[in-house]
Amino acid sequence: MEGFGEVLKMYRKTEIINDSKAPPAEGFGEADMIINVGPQHPATHGVLHLVITLNGETIKNVEPHLGYIHRSIEKMCESLSYRQFIYVTSRMDYLSAHINNHACALCVEQGLQVEIPPRAQVIRVLMDELTRIASHELWLGAMAMDLGAFTPFFHAFRERESINDIMEETCGARLTMNYMVPGGVMHDLHPSFQQRVKDFMQLYKSKVHEYDEMLTGNIIFQNRMKNVGVLSAEDAISYGCTGPTARGSGVSCDVRKLYPYEIYNTLEFDEVLETGGDSFSRYMVRVREMQQSIRIIEQLIDNIPEGDFQTKTKAVLKLPKGEFYSRVETARGELGVYIVSEGATTPYRIKFRSPGFSNLSVLNHIAKGSKLGDLVAMMGTLDLVIPDIDR
Amino acid sequence: MWSFSNIANSIHEWLSNNFNPTWTIIIEMVIAGVAVISLFALLGLVLVIMERKVSAWMQIRLGPNRVGPKGMFQSLADTLKLLVKEGLTPGGADKFLFNLAPFIAMIVAMLLMAPIAFAKDFQLWDLNIGVLFVSAVSSIMVISILMAGWASNNKYSLMGAMRSGAQIVSYELSAGLSILAVVVMTGSLQVSEIIESQRNGWWIFKGHLPMLIAFVTFIIAVTAETNRAPFDLAEAESELTAGFHTEYSGMKFALFFLAEYVNVFIVCAIGATLFLGGWMPFHIGKWEGFNHVMDYIPSSIWFFGKTFFLIFLIMWFRWTFPRLRIDQLLNLEWKYLLPISMINLLIVTAMAILGWHF
Repeated sequence: MEGFGEVLKMYRKTEIINDSKAPPAEGFGEADMIINVGPQHPATHGVLHLVITLNGETIKNVEPHLGYIHRSIEKMCESLSYRQFIYVTSRMDYLSAHINNHACALCVEQGLQVEIPPRAQVIRVLMDELTRIASHELWLGAMAMDLGAFTPFFHAFRERESINDIMEETCGARLTMNYMVPGGVMHDLHPSFQQRVKDFMQLYKSKVHEYDEMLTGNIIFQNRMKNVGVLSAEDAISYGCTGPTARGSGVSCDVRKLYPYEIYNTLEFDEVLETGGDSFSRYMVRVREMQQSIRIIEQLIDNIPEGDFQTKTKAVLKLPKGEFYSRVETARGELGVYIVSEGATTPYRIKFRSPGFSNLSVLNHIAKGSKLGDLVAMMGTLDLVIPDIDR
Repeated sequence: MWSFSNIANSIHEWLSNNFNPTWTIIIEMVIAGVAVISLFALLGLVLVIMERKVSAWMQIRLGPNRVGPKGMFQSLADTLKLLVKEGLTPGGADKFLFNLAPFIAMIVAMLLMAPIAFAKDFQLWDLNIGVLFVSAVSSIMVISILMAGWASNNKYSLMGAMRSGAQIVSYELSAGLSILAVVVMTGSLQVSEIIESQRNGWWIFKGHLPMLIAFVTFIIAVTAETNRAPFDLAEAESELTAGFHTEYSGMKFALFFLAEYVNVFIVCAIGATLFLGGWMPFHIGKWEGFNHVMDYIPSSIWFFGKTFFLIFLIMWFRWTFPRLRIDQLLNLEWKYLLPISMINLLIVTAMAILGWHF
């Protein structure tokens, strides 16, 4: 009931703000300048709505309003079978659709107690890491655009395009791949997959210096990012931040290292940690993470084992009565899938723990007292994907 | 040597032979006015397509390539679209100021064309305080931006206008001080005399390091004065959607847009005139043969070549740099550029007195 009270209080607070906005001519209702950023605004990358209280250029308060893209995915999943509900989750965090599907597939497999063949495991990890690079590429371009630098966007999209082509060949789709099924992956890899991935890695390595020239080494960019939106390790933990957002504050939270799934424990890669906690640290974490993903792909691309790509499972899946939880590391942080099963063909209840929601909740804490121009830099480095926050 | 001035002189002679002096002046004024307006429109079209092509080239894209050969008529098509669009005035806006602001922006840009020498002896008005006129008139620009931001009754517009006000007023100082460096060297405010003083070498070469510093300061300051990236805080679209012209549409928006591009042309033309010798060809001291060859290139080509080189520089800034924050912007001006250009001006003055230049 305590939680409900909080919600009610928030609802009342919203009403008060709406009231103060009511007379448009007077404008500055209660001596505060309130400005709405979103749901239709170039900086919010989607339909996030921020109600910002300003004092001149300085931010006094930021209040995110959600609900513009709520599709009740969790409720929808309750009426879909264990094969079907995975595809809905592609629409949550659409930039790491593979990894979302992976988390759901893992959770169902945990309930079914099936072993997946080694070939399927390697394919899944390869696809996850390619998705992670693609997601970070898009983030890099979008964040640079928030800061007013347009050109890196096109350079980042050049690399992302070649990953999308690889995905299109193998999975048949470019954004919502729906490639993971309980027991493995849907089809075998496309014959040209290995060559295409190698070509991509060559392209990436020959072009990665361009980002350093245009962003990392740029003095304006550094001034915009350093000591902006500082998030201490304690706050990162208490707000439940995960992924690059928390690792930028020095919190070790990579699920691939701490709770390894699939074949991650046999792979050599580093958990990228930065200690600054500012926007620049979060930026560096993601840039270095792309290189770690390249490292993982390099280890696997020539060693894809032969064999089945899918375990034979029943046509209609039924999970035993009980509760199942799986967690994976998406491009944005830790995604948890919690399934309560009553032994039927559809889940009784599904809950997703999405990384974006917790990462967004920290925004007001780090944005208070900084300039309006910094807010977009912070939002950029939190890497918000709104359909993931608002399911 | 053929020049634009031949046409101007022959027109003048024909008019004075056929009309009395009053009519001659009136007809010449009309011709000049039509010429300025056409140049204004033409520059807008050319610079917009140039910006789109330059940005496409930097961003590994093709840019506009459908309307006309290589997309050259794209900005013409855009202008036609903007002309037939409804110019909306939002409710709650101050209608008079809202509709006045774009015209002030345009008029300022047109007035600034008066003292620019486009070619040898081809100048609308060679007034004796030409450079002062430029810096005085360009200050009016900020009024149109403040007017637009205030009258729109929009918080984004207001914030954009406030930023722009702070920015333009600050950067005018170092732009003015850089201009003064040339004025001190030349000893004249008249544009034609400033160009004449660069007959045996442009000021950027003749004036050693201090003139180079003045030139760099000037380029940074005018980039900020024209609200171009990385100093485009007034219209920072990721923060303020479109800043001071958020509420403008149709031709009223187009006037702001045109004025921005024409202002870029004008500040680059001023920069080329002051530091790169305007229409003066590139001469090296006693190399008679070389200088003679350079003289064969028409003076208008020299002027437009230098100006478009500077415009390219400013476009290059826009497509490679991220945007500054408002406090960083003001820090850059008040803590770095202004003291540097003040000390630089002192050094230049000493150089001018002691004759330490070529």
